[in-house]
Amino acid sequence: MAGVPFRWPRCLALAVTSALLCGPGGAAAQGTNNVAPLAVTQVKPGVFVHLGALEDWAAANGGDVANLGFVVGSRCVAVIDTGGTPAVGQALRAAVEVATPLPVCYVVNTHAHPDHMLGSVAFVATNQSAPRFVASAGFARTLAARAPYYLNALQRDFGITLPPAAIVYPTLGVEKSLDIDLGDRVLTLRAWPTAHTDNDLSVYDQRTRTLFASDLLFVRHVPVLDGNLRGWISAMAELKQLDVAMLVPGHGPVSSDWPAVGDAQADYLNALLRDTRAAIKDRLTIQQAVDRIGVPPGSQWLLTDRFHRRNVTAAFAELEWEDDVPPRPAAPSPAGSSAQPARTTGG
Amino acid sequence: MISMPRSFAVCTVLLFGLCAGAQAEIKSGDNPESSVVWQKVRASLFQSRPIAAATDDVISLEVPVRAEDAAIVPIAIKTRFPQTSARYVDKLYLIIDNNPSPISAVFQFTPLSGQADIETRVRIDEYTHVRAIAETNDGQLHMTTRFLKASGGCSAPPGKDAQAALATLGRMKFRVEGETAGTTSGSKPVLAQLMISHPNNSGLAMDQMTRLFTPAHFVRQVRITFGGQLVMSADVDFSISENPNFRFYFLPRGEAELKAEVVDSNDLKFSSALKYRRPD
Repeated sequence: MAGVPFRWPRCLALAVTSALLCGPGGAAAQGTNNVAPLAVTQVKPGVFVHLGALEDWAAANGGDVANLGFVVGSRCVAVIDTGGTPAVGQALRAAVEVATPLPVCYVVNTHAHPDHMLGSVAFVATNQSAPRFVASAGFARTLAARAPYYLNALQRDFGITLPPAAIVYPTLGVEKSLDIDLGDRVLTLRAWPTAHTDNDLSVYDQRTRTLFASDLLFVRHVPVLDGNLRGWISAMAELKQLDVAMLVPGHGPVSSDWPAVGDAQADYLNALLRDTRAAIKDRLTIQQAVDRIGVPPGSQWLLTDRFHRRNVTAAFAELEWEDDVPPRPAAPSPAGSSAQPARTTGG
Repeated sequence: MISMPRSFAVCTVLLFGLCAGAQAEIKSGDNPESSVVWQKVRASLFQSRPIAAATDDVISLEVPVRAEDAAIVPIAIKTRFPQTSARYVDKLYLIIDNNPSPISAVFQFTPLSGQADIETRVRIDEYTHVRAIAETNDGQLHMTTRFLKASGGCSAPPGKDAQAALATLGRMKFRVEGETAGTTSGSKPVLAQLMISHPNNSGLAMDQMTRLFTPAHFVRQVRITFGGQLVMSADVDFSISENPNFRFYFLPRGEAELKAEVVDSNDLKFSSALKYRRPD
């Protein structure tokens, strides 16, 4: 991955253009210069954020549901997530061009979910020097396994037909941590052990103490578990230690109330952990657990109908292995503890 | 176009060839008999034998309305009569029309199964009909069909953490859940659960440009015996979720060893056993 020379096929620009023409939102199909720019807010000097709709990734919202952003240095720009269709990516690129004449030198993908990365292709077909595409070291493998399903869902649910070549893979993989310099501005990228997914990457702007938490943090939109529940709870505890003046979640409004803005998610994940463990202890089946474990009363989450049952499903499949290793007295085996399964981090 | 290995091309066609013309039909679930995949499966497994629509006193198939998590969809096939030497379910077929390998599992039972019920978890690639077909010992076939909606965008059939799954390959958890309300008097069937840590990779996903490829590696057979006699066996494939999980019954007589033997597609063999005697 990292450092491998990369050549985009000649057919790509044509393929992407035709894909855009097929998709909804015809205005976006006229090429970058005529694309309506995505609405962005400058939340800190040089830090721009677009808030996605608090909805499921769907044709009705054009796939525009994830928070996206870009950070402007003195030399160039880093884009952080690219949106749920190529058209959203095009509109984000137009927003960058409105904000600054500087080129995009990095496109950061925070994880391999379609609502965050299918717009990346909009940043490929450029006459300028191509940006580097940066993601967690685990991103490419996971995306390779899932891309056919994303393309299928795009076609089935959005009516957008994309060639496999429109799926953009990183040219630079982050094992643990990486600083990227935009000119008088350094972003610290950090790859996390499996949490929301197995390829989460957070982005921290040192100058303004802005944290793009990726989907490690959901606000108002119920958290979605597609990785490891215990890993996610641990990651949140670590995130909390960061000095953050402005928090950009993967979904939901930005906040300067850090770390309190993360409390609701911590409560939700801890309740999910507690209730699912109790269900397993009571010898419920996975279906019984899904049917019985509700959303904690009083919580204000949106989209629970869509995601809560899924979260219980994933939590159950993880936690049912938890009491796995029988106690082995006098046999020191640091890797054998069932509380923290041996897991390679950072790919 | 970039060339790709022929086998992958074929897989892709199997996976997504159906998207092109029939999207509305895929989502509606109408006309389960007209499914092209089913017609092929039917011809290969059952030729022209009659298949009755299963009534509730034969079998039922329990699936959720929607695949909440495409990688882990719980399903249950329940038979409505006890296994006796006079009348028993010999085989249960689980067919998922729009998965890349529609014949997802073939379970075999005996009178020693007590009750020919099975619960497991499957991957769901697409909106699909799911079918359970019971073959009784007199050779009759009974089918029940449910329609299942695919999950939303960011959920996908591959597992959540490929590296973690490989790290614990072959570990098993095997336990007896205990008696439940069975239908025979005196000796009720006892429920057991087998969990196998295994990535159960389909080997289908490969990106053309990066050549990233996870080879096929999945559990293909599970065999359960009690005191050396067959209770249940299953021929399965990667339609079964990562970390395959099976819940089934057996009819214990005296104290004996309940044993699970598992073979995967790389011919790796795993086994687990426990002593069991019905509590007095």
